[in-house]
Amino acid sequence: MNDKKKLRLATTSLAGCFGCHMSFLDIDERLFPLLDLIEFDRTPLTDIKHCGPCDIGLIEGGICNAENVHVLREFRKNCKILIAIGACAVTGGLPAQRNHLDLGSCLTEVYLTEPGLAHGHIPNDPELPLPLDKVHPLHEVVKIDYFIPGCPPSGDAIWKFFTDLIAGKTPQLGHGLIQYD
Amino acid sequence: MTDSGENLETASHPENLRRVAIDPVSRVEGHGKVTLLLDENDHVHQARLHIVEFRGFEKFVQGRPYWEAPVMVQRLCGICPVSHHIAASKATDMIVGAKITPTAEKVRRLMHYGQILQSHALHFFHLSAPDLLFGFDSDVAKRNIVGVAAAYPEIAKQGVLLRKYGQEVIRITAGKRIHGTGSVPGGVNKHVSIEERDYLLRDIGQMIDWSRGAVGMARQLFEKNLDLYNNFARFDTHTLSMVRGDGALDLYHGGLRARDMNGNALFDHFDYQRYWDVIFEDVKPWSYMKFPFLRALGPEAGWYRVGPLTRVTQCDFIPTPLAEEQRREFLAFCGGRAAGATLGAHWARMIEMLHAAEVIQALLHDPDLQGNDLVSKGERQERGVGVIEAPRGTLIHHYKVDENDQIVRCNLIVSTTHNNQAMNEAIRQVVKKYINGRKLTEGLLNHIEVAIRAFDPCLSCATHALGKMPLQVELLDASLARIDLLSRAADGTFCSV
Repeated sequence: MNDKKKLRLATTSLAGCFGCHMSFLDIDERLFPLLDLIEFDRTPLTDIKHCGPCDIGLIEGGICNAENVHVLREFRKNCKILIAIGACAVTGGLPAQRNHLDLGSCLTEVYLTEPGLAHGHIPNDPELPLPLDKVHPLHEVVKIDYFIPGCPPSGDAIWKFFTDLIAGKTPQLGHGLIQYD
Repeated sequence: MTDSGENLETASHPENLRRVAIDPVSRVEGHGKVTLLLDENDHVHQARLHIVEFRGFEKFVQGRPYWEAPVMVQRLCGICPVSHHIAASKATDMIVGAKITPTAEKVRRLMHYGQILQSHALHFFHLSAPDLLFGFDSDVAKRNIVGVAAAYPEIAKQGVLLRKYGQEVIRITAGKRIHGTGSVPGGVNKHVSIEERDYLLRDIGQMIDWSRGAVGMARQLFEKNLDLYNNFARFDTHTLSMVRGDGALDLYHGGLRARDMNGNALFDHFDYQRYWDVIFEDVKPWSYMKFPFLRALGPEAGWYRVGPLTRVTQCDFIPTPLAEEQRREFLAFCGGRAAGATLGAHWARMIEMLHAAEVIQALLHDPDLQGNDLVSKGERQERGVGVIEAPRGTLIHHYKVDENDQIVRCNLIVSTTHNNQAMNEAIRQVVKKYINGRKLTEGLLNHIEVAIRAFDPCLSCATHALGKMPLQVELLDASLARIDLLSRAADGTFCSV
């Protein structure tokens, strides 16, 4: 009940599908005892928009645009331990399937399609972050302390990882908890 | 004094205006931001919801064998993967020429309604309840599921366990809670065993009770603050959903129904295999998400709303007794004005969650779930369209394959994309009523997010999808000279011209 002893956790999804966040929620009712041990900073579940100083950062998704890079660096700067969770964060995952395609021709095909081209244009407003030509895994941009593979890793795997980490042990996911789908 | 005469989409003179951004929009799935442009008197001249990522599933799925579509394309979204898993399966059913077996259809339905239950529970309890229970401008530090768990532990517990139950239904039917593999072109790859059925039957009564309680809670929120809930971000527009042949709510299969803002039919029981006859899309430079519209009405007037609020208000009835009773009470309570009440979506969503729990219960008692006739096929087709009502609204998958079974074209119109203009309209209504001319505070800005959250947007889905089936694709070289033009023929096939 002493807030000062809680570990502060920030999470975000970059070029991911939020499936790893859903798997985090798949710890189900174990969420409530976990909340006695951790508190949330920026996550999709809170309205904190920027990551502050944290003990643990958890990131799903790879890097597909300039904004992803800024958010990733903000997390690295603020988090003592940074974890890449899920196939996309670890390898780029399914979104990296676009890496063998030319981004320009991809955008051209998609947005210059309206009949008569009256409304066909590639979105180019300055509010839209620039897409990168390739999707990258997180460790190509910043140092990552732990990698949890899987698409997504199961709620049980995430629970084991966090309970080990919070107990001060090196997290160990044994047989049945590591998956590479 | 105000800009209520303007539509707020584009400021006429943006150059001297101050920019305020809500970035990222939180407690929603996916990546979005809102920008406002204000003058020195805090009057808003422009308000936009931007979808800021571009991925390209429809492009890189090309060349993959069609049977990969149900497992690959579901990775658009981790909240509603089952939607894409099943929509892609229904489309590829057409390609293998299958009329699926009763066991296959019922296992898929069970999976889908399990998903509706978990997704609606997640949205109501984990994402939106903090606004609804504490107030739109309540303390930002407590305005989240942790705050709900501290103040209302029983509500938080029910939310977590309702979601868990839905996820368990998915695990049993799809093999895995997120990104499962149970549905395949032409059917499913496993049935539900007696043991699995009994495991799910054990708690379904409790889930129905809690879902009834959740509908009651949504209703109470309305009753306590009637003016706010009736009028917040309200706008009337056209609506689109799928309904069963007899007009019943059916989230797995049916025809398309659209109504105008007065409730008059625009089309009904339309065969979605030719959806492009009724739905087109527009592009705007400031969002990667396209803007669909009803073709007959054009891009300016033809935008529409999809999702639980639309489904519950425009079906003729809900084919389960408890949810049908609640539907009638909801419509009576709103006195015929339910379809435009943006926050009514929460109430409608809980009615659907109750319906999903009732459907799950009925299916679990159906012996077809234990059948062994799982996959079928017939005459091979080169193209297929699959449509379902996903948690957030109508979802369209369209594939064309070549003689080597490789996908050559893919088009996805996801639920949230249908709501693109509607969400922009909702935030502009909020800006006009609450923001314009006032000193901005965090609590005021959260009002904008409350309007967006009512749609339960899945911005991740929307960023992956690339857009509509084009009538013509013109391929230009760097000097903008046309090097190829692809046209769609009347039968939906493509040819170079």
